[in-house]
Amino acid sequence: MKETVNHEAVSEGFPMSGLSKSSDMGPVRPGYALWRKAADSLSTFLLWAAMAFVATVLCSILSFLAARGGGSLSWEFVTEPPRNGMTEGGIVTPIVGTLQLIFVSMCFAFPVGVTTAVYFNEYARGGALKNTLRLAMRSLASIPSVVLGLFGLAFFCAFLRFGASLLSAGLTLGCMVLPTIVTASETALANVPQDYRDAAHALGATEWQTIYGVVLPSAFPGIITGGILSVGRVAGETAPIMFTGAVYFAPGFARNLFDSVMALPYHVYVLATAGTNIERTTPLQYGTILVLLAVVLGISMVGMAARSRLRKDVL
Amino acid sequence: MPERGEARRLSETAPRRIITVMAMSGVLVMAFILLFLLREGMPILKGASITELATGRLWYPVSAPPLFGMMPLIAGSLAVTLTSSALAIPFGVALALFLTEICPKRISGFFKITLEILGFLPSVVLGFIGMVVIAPFLQVRLELLSGLNLMNASMLLGVMILPTVATLSEESLHAVPQSQRDASYALGATRCETMFKVVLPGASRGIAQAAILGLMRALGETMVVLMASGGAALLPQSVFDPVRPLTSAIAAEMGETSVGSAHYHALFFMGCILLLFTLALNMLVIKIESRGEAD
Repeated sequence: MKETVNHEAVSEGFPMSGLSKSSDMGPVRPGYALWRKAADSLSTFLLWAAMAFVATVLCSILSFLAARGGGSLSWEFVTEPPRNGMTEGGIVTPIVGTLQLIFVSMCFAFPVGVTTAVYFNEYARGGALKNTLRLAMRSLASIPSVVLGLFGLAFFCAFLRFGASLLSAGLTLGCMVLPTIVTASETALANVPQDYRDAAHALGATEWQTIYGVVLPSAFPGIITGGILSVGRVAGETAPIMFTGAVYFAPGFARNLFDSVMALPYHVYVLATAGTNIERTTPLQYGTILVLLAVVLGISMVGMAARSRLRKDVL
Repeated sequence: MPERGEARRLSETAPRRIITVMAMSGVLVMAFILLFLLREGMPILKGASITELATGRLWYPVSAPPLFGMMPLIAGSLAVTLTSSALAIPFGVALALFLTEICPKRISGFFKITLEILGFLPSVVLGFIGMVVIAPFLQVRLELLSGLNLMNASMLLGVMILPTVATLSEESLHAVPQSQRDASYALGATRCETMFKVVLPGASRGIAQAAILGLMRALGETMVVLMASGGAALLPQSVFDPVRPLTSAIAAEMGETSVGSAHYHALFFMGCILLLFTLALNMLVIKIESRGEAD
């Protein structure tokens, strides 16, 4: 255990420098032991300072936004649509749009992601097919979000003729989070003890009965946790939806899959950059950011809490 | 009972087939991404050669005739990526060292959550911070024409990739066997010496992977550079010059082009360049990883 090692023991030159003092292991610079101790303390201090700095940065970002935006939050702000060229009113349209995007993307990514994980963990026996799929997933995870946006534009909007719509944007976001869901579900499936499968087989269950009746239910909490965490990412992403379905302004909610939507992160971008009347929209900007942060961090923290409970259960 | 056996066989093979087919849609998505990016990006080569595009210094996509010199954009991307990585990678490794070697167990959970929340911050929020906090600060303090520049974007990108680098490095530092640390302490090494001469080299492979993944995220990040980098398609001469990285050019201009125009194809071509770079870095990570498994 590293906690039991006394780091101060080195100060009086025990045992390394003690050796060199008493034997002929070459000349030792005077104060070498002191220097080693100083370097040790210095490194400890600097690493503490680095972590403290990061914590401070996060706290100041959050408190700055809360202080500036707190005043513009109200019940009207989250329940009314934007008015008067988006200089007044609320942001209910982008809030609903973001929820719709989450729903559409998850309808695609969750089933596909979970079945991919089941395939990897339960069915695949190695070989070219599995390796190809593995490589495809790794590559997909590495693709920049704006390139996914281009793909969505060329494939969903233009080629499949979905247009700039809720459907195109949702599917593009779904492609983006697919690898995350696969990884999370795979971990959850791998954590199901082999005993469970063996027991099910011993009772005469077939492979599919074992997966459906035993493995999936045991892995379910882990899979859901991964899903929640990826919902947080979907809610906050802007680049993939900029040209696939999110719009500057929509008069109302998207009524069907082929309507375009307003989305919270894109709304933040629009208010911050395209406003002709920056002074009047400043409270709206901070308010929208706070709502976006509340949605993204809220969802993510629910996921994190669920995950830590899960880990305790496993132990 | 042959009928029952038949039904049972079907109830086994059907799910198996369905799951395999559904799982393969991942391959399909990836193949379509490559296909459609190339299909929309390659037509630009009819009007100009690759060398013209890559070495041209003038990016005036809407002038007549349009000029598609991508060198300033590529240079912009590389400049932000490298500057932000130079800031964030050493810092991230330091945080990882802190978490595994120094931080008392009781409070390490708190710091890990801090890092994770930092990673969840939407990039558009960080870009906003760059516009309303960092830009005015840089402008006043350094008496610049505009605070929206390479440095601003790089600092924010650094914040964005920091959690990635720190978390992945921490995992690989954690995997260094405790016995190696104990051996080092038993030889009389200080904690500082143990960290830098035993633990860090022992985790070098994992840290290299973390660094490359950080680099990859910085290269592909869009909203922060779109909002904070200034957007001037010029070759940067200093870290306080405005730049226009590939991602921000795509994001800013795609909305204003008509489908099928030369400009549209040029933007897709830039997407192909980004794709090429990230896939190459990804391959590098996979290679390092597989070599690690072979050892």
